[in-house]
Amino acid sequence: MNQARAAILQRLRQGRPADFAVPESDFTVVRQRNWSLEERIERFQQKIESVQGQVHRVAEDHWIPVLIRLLAEHQINNLLLSENKAPAQALREQWHEDLPSLLSYQQPLEAWKETLFNQVDAALTSCRGGIAETGSLILWPDADEPRLMSLVPPVHFVLLQAKQIYATFDEVLREQAWVEQGLPTNALLISGPSKTADIEQTLAYGVHGPKALIVLLLE
Amino acid sequence: MSLQTIPLHSFDAGAQAALNNPQVRRNFRQAMDGLMSKRAAAFADWELEPLRELGAAIRLRALARLPELLEQLEANLQKQGVQVHWAQTGEEACQIIRDICQARGAKSVIKGKSMVSEEMELNHFLEAAGIEALESDLGEYIVQLAEETPSHIIMPAIHKNTDEISQLLHEKTGTEPSHDVDYLTASARQQLREKFMTADVGISGVNFAVAETGTLCLVENEGNGRLTTSVPACHIAVTGIEKVIEKLEDVTPLLALLTRSATGQHITTYFNMVSAPRQADEKDGPEAVHLVLVDSGRSAIYQDEALLDTLRCIRCGACMNHCPVYTRIGGHAYGTTYPGPIGKILMPHLLGLEATQDLPSASTLCGACAEVCPVKIPIPRLLQRLRKEAVDGDSLRPSRVRGHGVKRHWRERLIWSVWRQIHARPRAYRWAGNLLTRLRGLMPKQLGGWTRVRTLPKPAARTLHQLMQTRDAQTKTAQEPRA
Ligand code: SF4
Repeated sequence: MNQARAAILQRLRQGRPADFAVPESDFTVVRQRNWSLEERIERFQQKIESVQGQVHRVAEDHWIPVLIRLLAEHQINNLLLSENKAPAQALREQWHEDLPSLLSYQQPLEAWKETLFNQVDAALTSCRGGIAETGSLILWPDADEPRLMSLVPPVHFVLLQAKQIYATFDEVLREQAWVEQGLPTNALLISGPSKTADIEQTLAYGVHGPKALIVLLLE
Repeated sequence: MSLQTIPLHSFDAGAQAALNNPQVRRNFRQAMDGLMSKRAAAFADWELEPLRELGAAIRLRALARLPELLEQLEANLQKQGVQVHWAQTGEEACQIIRDICQARGAKSVIKGKSMVSEEMELNHFLEAAGIEALESDLGEYIVQLAEETPSHIIMPAIHKNTDEISQLLHEKTGTEPSHDVDYLTASARQQLREKFMTADVGISGVNFAVAETGTLCLVENEGNGRLTTSVPACHIAVTGIEKVIEKLEDVTPLLALLTRSATGQHITTYFNMVSAPRQADEKDGPEAVHLVLVDSGRSAIYQDEALLDTLRCIRCGACMNHCPVYTRIGGHAYGTTYPGPIGKILMPHLLGLEATQDLPSASTLCGACAEVCPVKIPIPRLLQRLRKEAVDGDSLRPSRVRGHGVKRHWRERLIWSVWRQIHARPRAYRWAGNLLTRLRGLMPKQLGGWTRVRTLPKPAARTLHQLMQTRDAQTKTAQEPRA
């Protein structure tokens, strides 16, 4: 294996054309976006709705009743959510018994894989912001909101702060200083529910991941 | 199932068969028309030219520092706990993957979409070693059930229509026959979910490998890629060495180009960035992550400053969607892992020109591919270069592609050397011209494959020289003052 490594690198070094001309990388074309907050919100909403994502604009202190209504609409019996994050704690405090039961990702996947795959109806996660240009949500799954929360349950609810909608991914990388602080195990852009067009180019949603992606846009 | 369903050199036969199959032609025509208009719409509000310039510049910048970036990528990944392996050939890569699986006692592997793994026929290799390898991308799953190969690099099952897929799923998995795509999709989801839960290893491809941060980026819509890289205890990513890019900021423009060029989407549902295995406090994700870097002919392409443009490719498939040849014959006629224009410029390097000699000529050089290529690969120019290599036809530049000169034939050489002699000597040229006009009645009607779809031009009764002489003589008489 080390032999392969040495051989490949040597071939590349020796074979590299001597005057390798590299044109300037001019990023202007992906950077010239001067959208106001309202424009960013609108674009985000329009883009994510174009791929079947749902957006509900709600006042920051009013999202829990909206969520409760949506849970009922989607006939959801249980909801997987964080244990420690502030919004999840707020929700737990306001919860009562007649509402769908609340679950948390307490154990490693292996300990409850069957249940997670077959019995969890929906999950609620936070996110690190949105992207207007592509209608994307930025997620950095962690120990409290592991990565399968946004993938395995059929419905995924996301809390997004309106003021955290950036223009482009490029802007996110710079403003949130991704390179400087280092990337997590897994980082994600999620732009709509899971979909496929592999059968005669007909769009179908929910092929491997969630069938519904519902964004609660907090203003 | 053999990867090469038809012998490689019989591109002609494959193309003929496809042309005579109205179903194949209909399926492709429809799909490609749709993809072309979606791409155009997706770029409508973009300044496309500067964006393509940027895409090309990013890829070239990465290639200029390829060995250094590979080392940087490796160092960063290792620091983050990812094991990095190097393979000179596809077979070596297969062995590495098999060994990782066997060391874990793995019996089953679930796969996300990876063209490199198609290229090295990984599935057969693993199955021969007693390891079940199941494709999880819906298109790949369909193709695998049908015991076929992908006919398009982005949409593997594009050659099949709903009817055919419904029938296939019914026969192989017992799904009720149906025209309801949602139903068919849901039933595949159910079957594959079981497999995701039990698979020992997940194998994926890589779209971009970011050297600066040690990050493997995967682009997908279905979520099968995320499941593959998250659920099994071990994730093996496999990629060609050319997929590395320098910086994280290079991702935004390349991603914008890739998804729009491929399917006309402004972005795919998931952009999945993997930088490390599961950390001590984390509750899911693979405990082991491996990256297998495959050369398989790529470092040979790198030796030539013109040919290395081939390595810029980001595998979007736009060149296929816009190719008048691909649109008519579909992907299988090429008999190679990568079909269409990108296949024509890449496969000769991977397999040698002996096996792929017809590919560079199977083009009208219309230039549609180069016009849409998001990283501005001059595909027609590369095709011309490969045509020359196939006959060793460039006296100034020595050929270097494996199998070069395979199409060189004494008869063709003789014809061209006579042609050259004649055109270099005015007297010989006139003599040959006169001879041809006199023998014009004797011209054959058929001239092999050339006249199959063309009529042979017939020499005129008089040469241009003769016509000019007559004309000169006439004007002279006319101008002579009458006595
Ligand atoms: S050659 Fe260009 S157009 Fe074709 S797949 Fe590669 S990047 Fe896309």
